Amino acid sequence: MASKPRVKVPKKASVGEVITIKTLISHKMESGQRKGKDGKLVPRKIINKFTAEFNGQEVFSADMHGAVSANPYLEFTVKMSESGTFKFSWVDDDGSVYSTEKKITVS
Amino acid sequence: MNINRRQALALSAGAAVFAITGVSTKLAYAAAEDTEKAIMDLAGGKAPQSGKITLTSPEIAENGNTVPVSVKVDSKMMEGDMVKSITIFAEGNPNPDVVTFHFSAMSGAATASTRMRLAKTQNVVAVAKMADGSTYMDKKEVKVTIGGCGG
Repeated sequence: MASKPRVKVPKKASVGEVITIKTLISHKMESGQRKGKDGKLVPRKIINKFTAEFNGQEVFSADMHGAVSANPYLEFTVKMSESGTFKFSWVDDDGSVYSTEKKITVS
Repeated sequence: MNINRRQALALSAGAAVFAITGVSTKLAYAAAEDTEKAIMDLAGGKAPQSGKITLTSPEIAENGNTVPVSVKVDSKMMEGDMVKSITIFAEGNPNPDVVTFHFSAMSGAATASTRMRLAKTQNVVAVAKMADGSTYMDKKEVKVTIGGCGG
């Protein structure tokens, strides 16, 4: 259901620069409040956790609840000090984890 | 299950009583008190101070399904002046929790954005928790034309 995450990270940055990262993942984010055609509540199925790591260290995370819109979008900042790799992970209610990586050169 | 006329009438009478006493609204939507309680829990029993934190969201959201929201705390994000987390609550949603952002020493700035669902016109609250345990809060009313919680 959830498909390719999309992440926007600048390719280059200077030391000490605060960069903005934008992420989006396709996911229905079924809130558990909505009724289906049969009149029964559709069970909740959302991405409940997002984490961003840089060179293995957590730099930002978000706990999400049913009130986050479908295709959850997140925007946050990171202060760069060295080149490396970002790893972004999304955790689904069903336990599956979607992740992607992005490299950045800091000079 | 088949509902005959008598049961249907009994049910609707019951529903009417609930509506009058306000119980049904409490069941369907998180009352402002629930949000207040959640904020108190977060703030460790003390009411959060105002200031420092800014919550930005449109005054009128046409579609309650995707309401952009951003939060920003005036902080250097360095030792002694660090924001640990920011939590967003929606007072009029079935469940007041929306999202919690966790920051780190590498965040550079205490700002984050996302999109949320709002069931109806209501107050949206953001609470920032600083590393030293103090809390700050900002509140904003968002008018919703079309609710975003299905139905």
